[in-house]
Amino acid sequence: MIYLLFGYFATVSILAGVFTIALKNPVHCGLSLLALLLHVAGLFVMLNAEFLAAVQIIVYAGAILILYLFVLMLLNLKTEEQFLHKKYPFFLFAGVAILGELLILIFQTPYGGIKGKVTPEVLLNVGPSHAIGITMFSDYLLLFEIVGVFLLGAVIGAIVLAKPSPTPESAGDGPTEVIKS
Amino acid sequence: MIPLSAYVALSAILFITGLLGVLIRRNFIIVLMSVEIMLNAANINLVAFSHYLESMAGQMAALFVIAIAAGEAAVGLAIIIVVFRGKIATNVDQINLLKW
Amino acid sequence: MSDFIVILIPVFPLLAVLINGLLGHRYSPELAGKIALSSVGLSFLCALTVFTSTVSSGTAREVIAYSWFFGGDLHVNLGFLIDPLTGIMLMVVTGVGFLIHVYSVGYMHGEEGFTRFFVYMNLFMVSMLLLVMGNNFLVLFIGWEGVGLCSYLLIGYYFSKVSAAKAATKAFVVNRIGDAGFLLAIFLVFVNFKTLDYTKVLANVGQLSTEMATAIALCLLVGAVGKSAQLPLYIWLPDAMEGPTPVSALIHAATMVTAGVYMVVRTHVLFDMAPIAMGTVAVIGGATALFAATIGLVQTDIKRVLAYSTVSQLGYMFLACGVGAYVAAIFHLVTHAFFKALLFLSAGSVIHALGGEQDLRKMGGLAKKIPITYKVFLIGTLAIAGIPPLAGFWSKDEIMAHAFVNHHYGLYAMAAIGAFLTSFYMFRLTYLTFFGTSRVEPEVEHHIHESPSKMTVPLMILAGLALLGGFIGVPPEHGWLHGFLAGVAIPIGVVPHEVSAGTLLGLMGVAVGIALAGWGLAHYMYSLHTKAADEWAERSPAVYRTLLNKYYVDEIYDVIFVESFKKIGRAWDWFDQNVIDRVVRGIGHGADSSGAGITWTEKHVIYAGLNVVGYANHLLAWSWRKLQTGLVNHYAAVIVIGLFILVHFVLVWLTGKSVL
Repeated sequence: MIYLLFGYFATVSILAGVFTIALKNPVHCGLSLLALLLHVAGLFVMLNAEFLAAVQIIVYAGAILILYLFVLMLLNLKTEEQFLHKKYPFFLFAGVAILGELLILIFQTPYGGIKGKVTPEVLLNVGPSHAIGITMFSDYLLLFEIVGVFLLGAVIGAIVLAKPSPTPESAGDGPTEVIKS
Repeated sequence: MIPLSAYVALSAILFITGLLGVLIRRNFIIVLMSVEIMLNAANINLVAFSHYLESMAGQMAALFVIAIAAGEAAVGLAIIIVVFRGKIATNVDQINLLKW
Repeated sequence: MSDFIVILIPVFPLLAVLINGLLGHRYSPELAGKIALSSVGLSFLCALTVFTSTVSSGTAREVIAYSWFFGGDLHVNLGFLIDPLTGIMLMVVTGVGFLIHVYSVGYMHGEEGFTRFFVYMNLFMVSMLLLVMGNNFLVLFIGWEGVGLCSYLLIGYYFSKVSAAKAATKAFVVNRIGDAGFLLAIFLVFVNFKTLDYTKVLANVGQLSTEMATAIALCLLVGAVGKSAQLPLYIWLPDAMEGPTPVSALIHAATMVTAGVYMVVRTHVLFDMAPIAMGTVAVIGGATALFAATIGLVQTDIKRVLAYSTVSQLGYMFLACGVGAYVAAIFHLVTHAFFKALLFLSAGSVIHALGGEQDLRKMGGLAKKIPITYKVFLIGTLAIAGIPPLAGFWSKDEIMAHAFVNHHYGLYAMAAIGAFLTSFYMFRLTYLTFFGTSRVEPEVEHHIHESPSKMTVPLMILAGLALLGGFIGVPPEHGWLHGFLAGVAIPIGVVPHEVSAGTLLGLMGVAVGIALAGWGLAHYMYSLHTKAADEWAERSPAVYRTLLNKYYVDEIYDVIFVESFKKIGRAWDWFDQNVIDRVVRGIGHGADSSGAGITWTEKHVIYAGLNVVGYANHLLAWSWRKLQTGLVNHYAAVIVIGLFILVHFVLVWLTGKSVL
C-alpha cells in the first residue's frame, strides 16, 4: 500500500516537473508546478512531516505560486514559438548524463548516519506541530529570528525594486537613474 | 518501508529537472519556477533523511528552506517586473551585456 | 742622534718644497722666500755638524733612512753614506747653495712666480743632497734624475719665452742621453755584484775582469759626460743660460754639473781598474777644456762666456780624474764652485744694474758706477785665471802638475793652452764690462745702481772664499784636503810619484806665467788698443765666424741626429695613421656591419617570430572568445557541468573505485 502511494506521488511529481519545464504556455507551467507542490506535500505526509506538508501547501502553493501567477498575468507575455534556447539539446544531453551518473551513484552508496532520538513513535505521540515547535524555539531560535529578518529584507527589497520609477523632473542623481530605461 | 535511496533518487531526478529548466527555458518566470522545483527537490531530500535518521533537524531545515524560497521568489519577481517595465528584455537571451 | 741629523739634511729643503709648493699661493712671496732660505740654512747647519764630526772622526759612516725595496737578489735602501768625500760635497752644496739662495731673494724680487722659483730651487737642493749623500747607485740615480728635472724646470723658468722653453727641453734631452749610459752602468753593476751599495761594490771591484770594468766605467762616463757637459754632450749648457742668473750660478757652476765629477771620483776604483776608461776620461776632459775655451774667446753675451768657461773648467776636472788625481779634481771642484758662483752672481748683479742688458757690446765703464760688483768680479776673474794666491791657482796648478808628472804631456799641453785662453777671455770679459768708454745705452745709463745688500753680501762672502779657499789644498799634495780625502780619493795601485820640489816650483812658475800672459794680451787688446779685437776678427773672418757660431756644433747635431729622429718619428706616425688606424677603423666598420646585421635579424627574424606568436594568440583568443556569450544560462550550464566533473573525479579519487 505504501509503495503504491509512494509510486503515485513520485511519478506524478516527476511528470509535473517535466511538464513545468517543457510546456510552452507559462500559465500551463504554473499549473504544473502546482501539481508538483501538492504531490510533494503528499510525500511529506508519508514521511511523518504533516506540519511541513501543511506549511508547504499554505505557503508554497497558496502564496508563492499565486505570486507567480499574478506576475505572469501582469506581464502578459506572448507565448513565443521558440521557448527553448538555441543550444538546448546540448544542455539536455548534459543534464541527462549527469542524472544518469547521479542515479548510479545513489544506488550504489551505502546509507548510514547517526540516528537521533525522534522515532516515528515519538512523533506520532507528540504530534508534528509540537515536535517542530519544541525544536524550533529551543535549538533553532537564532535561525528563526534570522529568517524573520531575512523575510523583512525580502519584503523591503521587493517593494523598493518594484516601485514605479519617478518622473524625470523629480529624479536626482543617484542609483535610481540606472533603474530608468 | 520505502528505502531511503528511493527518496534520494526522486530528489535527484527532480533536481536535475529543475536544473534543466533553468538552463533551457528562455522565459524569465519559467526559470524562476524551475528554481522552485529545485528547492522542492532539496526539501524532499531533507525530510526523507530526517525521517530515516529520526531527527527533527531535517524538517527544521525544510521549513527554513520554504521560508527562504518565499523571500527569494518575491525579490526575483520584483526584479523581473523592473526588467520588463524598463523594456530592457523579455527573454533571458536578451540580457547579454556580459558579452565581449 | 747624529743619524737623525744626517737624515735631516735633505729633509729641510723637502719640507720647504712641500710647504711652498702646496700652500705657497696662500701667503706672500716674501714669506715663501724666507721659508726656502731658512730651510737651506738649517740644512747647511746640519751639514756643518755632520762635516765637523766627520773631520774629527775621519771614518765613513752609513745611515740607513729606511729599507726601500727588495726583490730577488736586489735589496735597496734609502741610505746615506757620510765619508770625507760626502762631507766636502755637502759643504759645497749647502754652503754655496745657501749663499745663492740669499742672493736670489734679492735678485728675483718682484718677479712673478717667485714662490715657484724657490720651490724648484729647494727641490733641486733635495735632489743634489740625495745625489751626494746616497750610499748606493740607485739613490745616486734618483738625485741624478731629480737635478736633471730641476734644471729643466729652472732653465725653462721663463716659460713664456720660446727660447727658454727650447733650451730647457734641450738640457733635459741631452741629459737623458747621458742617463741612458748611466742606467746601463747600473745594470752592469747589478749583474756583476748583485747589489748596488757602494761599500760592497767598491770593495769587490777587484773581482771584475778588466773588460767588464772598462765597460762599466765607460757607461758611467757617458752619464757623467751628459750631466757635466763634456764633449760631445755639452751643447745644453750654453743654452741653459736662458734661465735666471742665480739658477746658472747654482746649477751650472757650483753643483749640478759637478755631479758627474763626483760620480767619477766616488767610483774611482772602477776607473782605476780600467786604464782605457781613464784615458778616455782624460782625453775628453782635456779636449773639452780646450774646445770650450776657444769658443769663449769671442762670445758677446756675458753669461755665455761664463758658460763656456764652466764647460772648460769641468774639462779640467775630468782631466784630473783621467790622470788619477782625484783629490785634485775635488779640489778644483770646490774652488770652482766658489769663483764660478761668484762670477755668475756678480754678472747677475751687472745685469741687474743695467736693467737686463746682457750683451757685452753694450757695456763698459761700469767700474766706478757699481764698485762692489766690480771688485768682486775682479776677484773672481783673478781666481779663475789662476793668479796666486787665489784659489784657482792652487787647484789648477795641481791638476797640471799631476798631468805633467805622470808623463801625460799631451794633456798637459792642452791644459796649459786652455789656461792661457781662460785667463785671456776672463780678462777680456772684465775689461769689456767694467772698463773703457761706456757703450751703455743712454736710457739704461740713468738707472745704473749698485745691487742691494741681499745681493752684495753673498758676493762678498764668496769673494772671501775665492780669495782664501785655495789654502785647504796647500801645500800641493800635502794640504789638509789631501789628508782628509786620502781614504776615498787616492787611486789604487798607483804609486805616487815623488817629485822634487824644483819640478813643482817650476811648474807653478809656468802656470803663473801663462796666467799673466793671458792677462797681458787681454789688457793689450781691450784696454790699450781697443780696436785690436776687431782688426784680428777682420783678418781671419772665417775663424772668427766659426768661433762665434760655436763651431756650428748645434747645427751639425741638428742635421745628423735631430732631423733623422724627426724623420723616424714621422715614419712611425705615418705607420700609425695608415696602418694601425686602418686596422682600428676596419674593426670599427666590422662592428658597424655586424651591428646592422644583427638589427636586420632582430627586425625580420625575431620580431617576425614574435609577431607569429602574437597572431597565433590572437587566433586562439578569437576562438575562445566565442565562449563568452554574455548569457548567464550558458555560464550556469558550464558551471554545473564543471562542478559535476569535479565531484565525479573527487569521488573516484576518494573511494578508490574506478569510474562508476
